[in-house]
Amino acid sequence: MEQSLEDNVLPQGTPDSFLLGALAHTHLQDCYQCGKCTAGCPVAVRMDLAPNQLIRLLQLDDSETALRSSTIWECVSCQTCSARCPKSVDCAGVMDVLREASLAQHKAAKPQHAVVAFQKAFLDNIRRNGRLAELELIGLYKADVVWNTGRIGVLFKDAGLAPQLNKRKKLHLLPEKAKDRGVVERIFARCSARCSEPEKK
Amino acid sequence: MNIGYYPGCALHGSSNDYEQSLRACLGLLDVQLQEIKDWICCGATAAHSLNHKLSLALPARNLALAERDGHKQLFAPCPLCSMQLLKVQKAIAGNGARGELAQIVEADLRGDSQVLNLIQVFQNIGLDRLKAAVKIPQKEITAACYYGCLLTRPPDVTHFDDFEQPTSMEAVVAATGAKTVDWNYKTECCGAGMTMANEDTVLDLAHKILSNAAAHGANCIVVACPMCHVNLDMKQEAVNRRYGKKHGKKLGMVVYYLSDLVGLALGISAEQLGIDRHFVTKA
Repeated sequence: MEQSLEDNVLPQGTPDSFLLGALAHTHLQDCYQCGKCTAGCPVAVRMDLAPNQLIRLLQLDDSETALRSSTIWECVSCQTCSARCPKSVDCAGVMDVLREASLAQHKAAKPQHAVVAFQKAFLDNIRRNGRLAELELIGLYKADVVWNTGRIGVLFKDAGLAPQLNKRKKLHLLPEKAKDRGVVERIFARCSARCSEPEKK
Repeated sequence: MNIGYYPGCALHGSSNDYEQSLRACLGLLDVQLQEIKDWICCGATAAHSLNHKLSLALPARNLALAERDGHKQLFAPCPLCSMQLLKVQKAIAGNGARGELAQIVEADLRGDSQVLNLIQVFQNIGLDRLKAAVKIPQKEITAACYYGCLLTRPPDVTHFDDFEQPTSMEAVVAATGAKTVDWNYKTECCGAGMTMANEDTVLDLAHKILSNAAAHGANCIVVACPMCHVNLDMKQEAVNRRYGKKHGKKLGMVVYYLSDLVGLALGISAEQLGIDRHFVTKA
């Protein structure tokens, strides 16, 4: 039987034509485990599951393990796996789908919390400002990591860079914002309808 | 020549030296950058990681704004911004997302403007014209041209150069009178947006790229991406702190934006190009 991401991974009852369209040409069953994705992956060594293993899990209908893996948050989205796949499996695209589903289903791997926190803080920042406010992003990201992991050290990380950036006129205390932030807010609202499922206690 | 210009957040943030370099260099070649009015962030890695629909909608808004401003060409100097814009065009052409996207972003959307990266802007100017404009041939430069990930990948989105062995940047660099080296890491990833959240990855990858360029005889690296520059230039001191003992010496690899090198060859000063605001300023 053809396994599809739609059946196995996406939150139940919430098909997203955009997401499925992006992966329309990816057929998980096509993967014959040549390992080219993993061989070219610059961060495979850091992952608990290599990219080809991740695809194999999905073939075997075990999306649960895939969604809880460190792999999807270690991935740097360099697109090498997808570019090199001889069967046109868009492995980097699959990673995106898995990340989105992992977050929506509250299954993101705890040790990778910093990456999750950064991406969430980034999007929240854009929702508020329309454009990235770097210092605000760094502040709120660090606060999230300290609050959720207790890693106080993150507060001082790269603090020494601030004066160096300032000297080079690369720090902006008053960041630019988009003028029409209303439209940004509405775009986010229209795109976030299916985003999160209630957390099961 | 006027072209539409989508700077993206980095070039108006901590990579503002890149914008300074672009304006100085391209201005001298009669290319005027017309910034898209009230552009918004493309959502970058965060959007395509966490919310696919948003990762199309945010750049779709910018495409629509560029079209409204009448731009046939849209220059996006950040390859991630550029890739996201191209993905929108692919989605519009492929699965009929145009109508829904136009509704989401509250603007008409044709998706027919031509999205350009920096190398393509130089190609459009013409390498012969560039060569003719060179005042100071960059004979002392032996460059490792670093494409990183998204100038060429994914190839079915970018349709630009050879994604394993690209040579288009070398052609621009050669036009300035500089030499280039063959090396192994020209399309390997630098860790990109993981600079803050996963520094281990960035330092590991940046170290491999920097030391491979040095091992092949390069005296500088040339990039066309703000994040590549951050990871190879700003983080180079951290790379040295972690891996310096292995080499017994610091790397000291200057990292130029492609427009820096062209600008220097055109006779623009390092200060005008913003090169003095880089972290590693001399080998």
